[in-house]
Amino acid sequence: MTKNQGYGFREEMRKSLLLIPAVLVLLFFFIIPIVLTIYYSFTNLALSGSNAKNLQFIGLENYKRMLTDPSTVISIENTLIFLAGSLAGQTILGFLIAYLMKQKAKGFRSVAGPCFLAGWVMPEIVVALCFMAFFKENGTLNVLTGFFGAKQVSWLYEHPMLSVVIANVWHGTAFSMLNFQSALDNVSGDMEEAARVDGANRFQVLLRIIIPSIKDTIATNVMLNTLSTLGVYGLIYAMTGGGPANKTTTLPIYMYNQGLKGMQLGFGTAIGMMILFVGTICSLIYARLLRTKEEG
Amino acid sequence: MNNAKVNHLHYIVLSFMALTFLLPLIWIVIASLDPNASDALKMPAQWTLGNYISVLGNMENIKAYGVGFVISFAESLIVVILSCLAAYPLSRYRLSYKKTFMNVILFMTALPMIAVIVPVYKMYLSLGLLDSIWGVIFYLSAASLPYGLWLMKNFMDAVPAELEEAAWVDGATTFKSMTSIVLPLMFPGICTVFIYTFSKSWGNFFVPYILLSSAEKMPASVQLYQFFGQYGLIDYGPLAAYSILYTLPSILLYILSQNYMSKGFNLSGAAKG
Repeated sequence: MTKNQGYGFREEMRKSLLLIPAVLVLLFFFIIPIVLTIYYSFTNLALSGSNAKNLQFIGLENYKRMLTDPSTVISIENTLIFLAGSLAGQTILGFLIAYLMKQKAKGFRSVAGPCFLAGWVMPEIVVALCFMAFFKENGTLNVLTGFFGAKQVSWLYEHPMLSVVIANVWHGTAFSMLNFQSALDNVSGDMEEAARVDGANRFQVLLRIIIPSIKDTIATNVMLNTLSTLGVYGLIYAMTGGGPANKTTTLPIYMYNQGLKGMQLGFGTAIGMMILFVGTICSLIYARLLRTKEEG
Repeated sequence: MNNAKVNHLHYIVLSFMALTFLLPLIWIVIASLDPNASDALKMPAQWTLGNYISVLGNMENIKAYGVGFVISFAESLIVVILSCLAAYPLSRYRLSYKKTFMNVILFMTALPMIAVIVPVYKMYLSLGLLDSIWGVIFYLSAASLPYGLWLMKNFMDAVPAELEEAAWVDGATTFKSMTSIVLPLMFPGICTVFIYTFSKSWGNFFVPYILLSSAEKMPASVQLYQFFGQYGLIDYGPLAAYSILYTLPSILLYILSQNYMSKGFNLSGAAKG
């Protein structure tokens, strides 16, 4: 495999030359921003006003403010609801579709598949537009429920969180579906067959054989969905702008409102730190899961 | 229930779900063909392609489309070149830090980069990179580089080193064996990285929205948002038509990528939604 077994420090440096451009870009535009996030979160940095010129280290002030500030608490709650709803929807629907689609006629799969994939392929800003129209007073959903005699509902005002969760589930389900499809293809048919011969019903096979053999995929999928849901910003911002009355203000939107719109960079980065912290934990679990899968 | 019945039931449930998934798309397709479209779902009195023609006839839209293309193309090119270069030593040499390095890269692929946008804004303000298309390109490149690099290294690992050894014996340099042997063999992999990066970038709205401020520098994604986000009176027909025109490259790229992506590729990928 290796070209040269010489193992000195200089030799290794010479071999690493080609890595330098990538490392430099990552250093400047990835690592330094992370370091700055940590640093700024302990300062009173502002975009304008006296604090813009007079940067001061204020210790844990931003973090203390976060814990006592009711808006922060609301946006943490909103983030958790958005996360839980999205995860449950995407994982359950994604699995269900993948499971039901298995071994179905090819023609059917090639027609039904793209229906599920459409929302995933679409850019988030177009997803937002589709769902704004979908939930409007005279939108598709109200037209449909009207057929059954239901009253018109202004979904985006009366159930804003539910609306953005549904939009995000629609957007993200296909990703889970694809993951589960490739995992289900690898489940040995022999085991299922044997269980069926022994008299197990479909549900038992699903519960005792299929789900245990794809549990790594489930875990990885949940981690990836958590990470991507934490980063959802454009979809909510375009659909509701975080409103009405902060009901859909999740952490990324709160961070943007405080840090850039409100020009409180220090406080904004402290909120960013919270996202980064949760993201770091999930990333570590994800990297670990993928590593053990590769080695095992 | 016997197997045939269960199978039928599956087909019914799946068809119902597939139709449900199409519901949010009905309005945008109909409105784009309706000369008097509103935000309500209704059958047009007449059908027209006029919305598409008026969107395509507007130079501002064409420009935004072009800016989006330049940003996504430049970003993908940077990611492909840097990750090809970096993947070579990581794939071919024995390096003491390799395992740690790849673990850090894997960790970086999944980090929600939105968390650092506030300090990036401040950093760009100091460096004069705010409202610069290059600033956007660099930030986006760095954000997608870890994933590109991760993929590229795996693709390069799949090219057997024996093929290169012959070239080394003949006195070929690293550069020569890379460009004439390794890269051509992993061309599908390079395309995958390019397409993946391009389509993520094409759909990205928040980074250019935050880092750019001049109207003429806005890519299609941001322009589309401003179309329906800021103004009270919206011309829904052209908006729907523009959205569909803006979505087309994403669909085309997805179809194209299916030719390159192999089975089982999905999971180790697509960290950022």
